[in-house]
Amino acid sequence: MNELLLGLADDELVIGWRDSEWTGIAPMLEEDVAFSSIAQNEIGHARAVYELLTDDADALAFDRPLEEYRCAPLVELRLLDWAHTIARRWLYEEADRIRIAALMDDAESAVAGLAAKIDREEVYHRMHAEMWHERLRGEPRFHDAVADLWPYALGVLPREQRAELARRVGLDEVEPVERGTHTPELAELWNEMTMVRRSAPAGAQW
Amino acid sequence: MTGAPRPEFRPPRPRSPVTESAVWAAFEGIPDPEIPVVSLVDLGVIRSVDVHDGHVRVEFTPTFLGCPALEVMKRALEQTVAALGAEPEVQVIQDDSWSTDKITPAGREKLRAAGFAPPAPREASAPKLVQLQSNAFRCPYCGSTETKLENIFGPTPCRSLRYCDSCRQPFEQFKTI
Repeated sequence: MNELLLGLADDELVIGWRDSEWTGIAPMLEEDVAFSSIAQNEIGHARAVYELLTDDADALAFDRPLEEYRCAPLVELRLLDWAHTIARRWLYEEADRIRIAALMDDAESAVAGLAAKIDREEVYHRMHAEMWHERLRGEPRFHDAVADLWPYALGVLPREQRAELARRVGLDEVEPVERGTHTPELAELWNEMTMVRRSAPAGAQW
Repeated sequence: MTGAPRPEFRPPRPRSPVTESAVWAAFEGIPDPEIPVVSLVDLGVIRSVDVHDGHVRVEFTPTFLGCPALEVMKRALEQTVAALGAEPEVQVIQDDSWSTDKITPAGREKLRAAGFAPPAPREASAPKLVQLQSNAFRCPYCGSTETKLENIFGPTPCRSLRYCDSCRQPFEQFKTI
């Protein structure tokens, strides 16, 4: 199975889950709406990428043992403060922009076409992230949050794309937190995310 | 025996009851599940209709990939074709072939009449926040351009929230995509 695409789909699924957790508890109503809408897009992207890889997207999304998920540690982190949450949004969208742009040139037309579609939707995510980045860039808490998450952000991208990310966000490359080892938070997230599905026998129609 | 060779016997083919125009006409009756004032044809999401010998192949594209109504739309298309007496094959194509530019002029007016501001046309470069923040967007209720952006995001992936300072009503603005 294409590891790059599976990693992308798993990233979008898990960050979609994390973003959706802010519904109702964001510091302002507009952000409840923003995070829900962004999450809906991300989960839609995950589904579409899974569908490039399998006929049963639900099974691929939800039924794997934890060690078979390919998501990057950045998206798994359970971030409870706004500075870190926004820092992750911003860093993730910057990283995603680079890898989606690369996929838009993919030799396989189904991949390139889907990547182009994803890119158009993420224009609005980037708008949101850049708006917040502008608003918070002078704030020490935001600066510290970005520094905390920067090694994780680098780990989202394959090695050859990291220099571009560093250039775009204006930070020096550091030792990245690579994909391959899951955080303890993923197990808790997976339990909650799959709880309803696992409550019914396999193959149940919803 | 002499004479012209007998033509090969071919049993008469049943006439296909379905034509492409009949299928499109039927599809005009399928409302968008979320905004029933517009049909799937108005939205421009039906990419192609191929009729061949009582078999109809339909390709359609989602507006947004996270659209929760994909299965509903797929089923509606299948049922509509089946009701015409043909065999449906409906494929969702998840690429970049749909744009808000494909919403028909009739569709745009139906949206506006229902209180949704239709999307601005696509430009060469991606939309920018400063454009959304400008007052180039007309209120669907009173027509004023004294409108402001309340939220890039709204109740569904396809809409932003705006407010009209002239008639003092909030309204939903279709995003350009």
